[in-house]
Amino acid sequence: MGYGGEHPHSFWTRYVWSQDHKVIAIQYTITALAIGLVGMVLSDLMRLQLGFPGRFAFIDASRYYQFMTMHGMIMIVYLLTALFLGGFGNYLIPLMLGARDMVFPFLNMLSYWFYLLAVLILAASFFVPGGPTGGGWTLYPPQAILPGTPGTEWGIVVMLVSLLVFIAAATMGGLNYVTTVLQARTEGMTLMRMPLTVWGIFTATILALFAFPALFVSGVMMLFDKALGTSFFVPAVVSMGQHLPHQGGSPLLFQHLFWFFGHPEVYIVALPAFGIISDLISVHARKRIFGYKMMVWAIVVIGVLSFVVWAHHMYVSGMHPYFGFFFATTTLVIAVPTALKVYNWTLTLWRGDIHLTVPMLFAIGFISTFLIGGLTGLFLGNVSVDIPLSNTYFVVAHFHMVMGVSPVLAVFGGLYHWFPKVTGRMYDVMLGRVHFWITFVGTYLIFFPMHYLGLLGMPRRYYAYDHYAFIPDSAQALNAFITIVALVVGATQLLFVLNLWWSAVRGREAGGNPWRAASLEWHTPQTPPVHGNWGERAPVVYRDAYEYGLQGGDSDYLPQDQPPDQARQAEPARGEAP
Amino acid sequence: MALALILILIVVGALEFHYLSPWWLTPIASNWQQMDDALLLTFAITGVAFVVINLFVAYAVVTFKHQDGVRAAPTHTSARLEWWLVGATTVGIVALLAPGLAVYAKLIDPPPDAMVFEVLGQQWQWHYRLPGKDGKLGGTNVRFISNTNPYGIDPADPGGQDDVLVEGQEVHIPVGRPVRVLLRAQDVLHDFYVPEFRTRMNMVPGMVTSFWFTPSRLGRFEVMCAQLCGIGHFNMRSHVVVDDEPAYRTWLAAQPTFAGLAATAGDEAGKQGRLLAQARGCAACHSVDGSAGVGPSWKGLFGKNETMNNGATVHVDEAYLRESIITPSARIVRGYQPIMPAQQLTPAEVTQLVDYIKTIK
Repeated sequence: MGYGGEHPHSFWTRYVWSQDHKVIAIQYTITALAIGLVGMVLSDLMRLQLGFPGRFAFIDASRYYQFMTMHGMIMIVYLLTALFLGGFGNYLIPLMLGARDMVFPFLNMLSYWFYLLAVLILAASFFVPGGPTGGGWTLYPPQAILPGTPGTEWGIVVMLVSLLVFIAAATMGGLNYVTTVLQARTEGMTLMRMPLTVWGIFTATILALFAFPALFVSGVMMLFDKALGTSFFVPAVVSMGQHLPHQGGSPLLFQHLFWFFGHPEVYIVALPAFGIISDLISVHARKRIFGYKMMVWAIVVIGVLSFVVWAHHMYVSGMHPYFGFFFATTTLVIAVPTALKVYNWTLTLWRGDIHLTVPMLFAIGFISTFLIGGLTGLFLGNVSVDIPLSNTYFVVAHFHMVMGVSPVLAVFGGLYHWFPKVTGRMYDVMLGRVHFWITFVGTYLIFFPMHYLGLLGMPRRYYAYDHYAFIPDSAQALNAFITIVALVVGATQLLFVLNLWWSAVRGREAGGNPWRAASLEWHTPQTPPVHGNWGERAPVVYRDAYEYGLQGGDSDYLPQDQPPDQARQAEPARGEAP
Repeated sequence: MALALILILIVVGALEFHYLSPWWLTPIASNWQQMDDALLLTFAITGVAFVVINLFVAYAVVTFKHQDGVRAAPTHTSARLEWWLVGATTVGIVALLAPGLAVYAKLIDPPPDAMVFEVLGQQWQWHYRLPGKDGKLGGTNVRFISNTNPYGIDPADPGGQDDVLVEGQEVHIPVGRPVRVLLRAQDVLHDFYVPEFRTRMNMVPGMVTSFWFTPSRLGRFEVMCAQLCGIGHFNMRSHVVVDDEPAYRTWLAAQPTFAGLAATAGDEAGKQGRLLAQARGCAACHSVDGSAGVGPSWKGLFGKNETMNNGATVHVDEAYLRESIITPSARIVRGYQPIMPAQQLTPAEVTQLVDYIKTIK
């Protein structure tokens, strides 16, 4: 095992070049949130143009497309993927499994520094000649590397290099998480006793290890097309009046590779969110998670199916039309295990003892936003229903609800929930509630009406909609409204940053287990846990992580590591109350 | 309590919005009513799930909110209930999928007697071609594309000589006849999107893609690009006009053919420049009839005084036109954006363009 017992002493080895999974988790989280804030500002800039076209002269068409591209890539890859796996995964896997650290601590540290490097390279693309790429986050060639698109000078090269470095980081982290789950569980922690958070992150990591290579090779191939003049993705074309020397490449090949990565990527983000939401709901409703076994199987089945649905992103791409039958069927089949998860969350609430803490608010908000995002997926997965909606605002509304807003709500819920363990202090409850209400209601106001702009036929990725006769003026008024709400929701996120910052220093002491939670991470000898996590003796596990709703006795739950013969002692139920 | 109230408000608000929304499908203009039916069916089935689950959560949050002394129920699983729910979901999924796939089978099966027209996409304009008297489109290859042959028609293919090459950004088709649209792109991906026709397809360089429909009512419909194709993507416009048969015939007869265009070389002032402007896509942003576009209209441009975005006034003369063609971002007219890409043009071609612009009064 990686943990050798010797504790680092200097500031540098403890907080910077740290090999402690908890420090690395915090490094990952802060970096991801920082670049995520950049992504959010970019979205607000786009909204300014859409809501008030031409009013902000510095947002010209080039910049608009650059903001759009960077926003998408930052949010999906550099914020959500990094935060769920590198942040939550790093912190929670060893603590929830009773391990002392990840099995490869040095590799773990390297993973973070590669990730940071990838983020810095990405940010550097704002400063290269020509600016960042404006090819859309899908980076479809030939457009992404030919003139007529912003950032074809340097931006696209920098973007691809950054992605390659990110994938290296994700692979180092991923091998570590999988190995730790399989090898480093403490005595008694069988796979079917693992909390669903670990199941979600574990499965998502396996998906990442299989999916990212497809992005990696397509990135390398596109770099070759751009820099060496190969023709993997570019056929003979006439670009801006010039016959280019490319010949025989296939733009569709890139799309297949991209979505072979891109669809599992959706679940790389969704599965950890599923796990976190399951745990939050169970703890704060004081009730066993409904149908644990089915929840685990649903995660695994969704993970497997996520590799055979990719071409539902390509129904109008020009691929062989017969593929439509296959991919529509697999896509709608994946809705069944997904729906079961939603049912089981709601059934966990049923006859629970629901504490509407801030994490619980976010968890219930997640059920609602994920519900609508999942249901609109049934429109877009069903090939003939998708065709008229493809590349319209309906798609934008759908994916923001299902893989933007929902995972972000899970992130917030998770951060509030584990904040007392990470810092030993409680967040400010009032600020947390305000943050929830504005974010939850605001995102509905932003994205719900967008579906209807898509039904009308407004294409996405348009810088402006001037002089289109079929678009009524009211659509512009709606866009202005959406922009105003988006700015408010954006500004509200500063409350969240402020809350965590201030509470980490000044918050009330929370105690070791303010939620009276049963899973292992709440039963460390110290809070925050120290290097090595468990002191002298690693915990022994006697049951799964959901022993809530006990009827007799002082306490309504049993910690995972409490021996069965030992008398149950009640802990003070501090929760959010001071 | 507040949470339950908001969830109920979301459900009520969503339903109200759905029924009152002024933003809805454009009136259909093709035979694909079945696609709309599948969409509405999807709304109905998913709408029920949306309402029921949100209200269930709202009810649970109110009813089972923490009360001192009350503990959660110990029940935590019911395989029977789970299988019932899985079964009900499966039925719903089949009810969505079956009609969806049935329509799709028709969508990808064009009638053999369908008429054909071709769209060629270019950053950021459209070219239309119809078969001539022989009923066949001539072969094409990107390597034949030039200023005088913007479609890349194989000059050696006799089948291409009588092909009808549509002038301007508007194609006509007759109402009530099935039409198969063949799609090509010469540079990057595009997507030929007319919302009223419902069906559509990407245009992929190196491939010919297609879709089919039967126009069901007369009208002039806007064509948009719906696959990101660069800075001018949002402004890649043209029109499809659905005519009755006589009007279509009249329009068709007035269009030039490939052979005809080649025969009438160089007899009008600025002709070379005009062909160049069409081939290079200039016409997509610069109108010749004074209508607003992404770039300034060329109508009456020569000799005019224009205000630049830095406030200076410029007299549009030959030198300014040359500068703006060779270095587009040097001086930008107020109200426009510096988005024009620099084109590789020979000095002779620049002169042809300038000569052409001078003729547009």
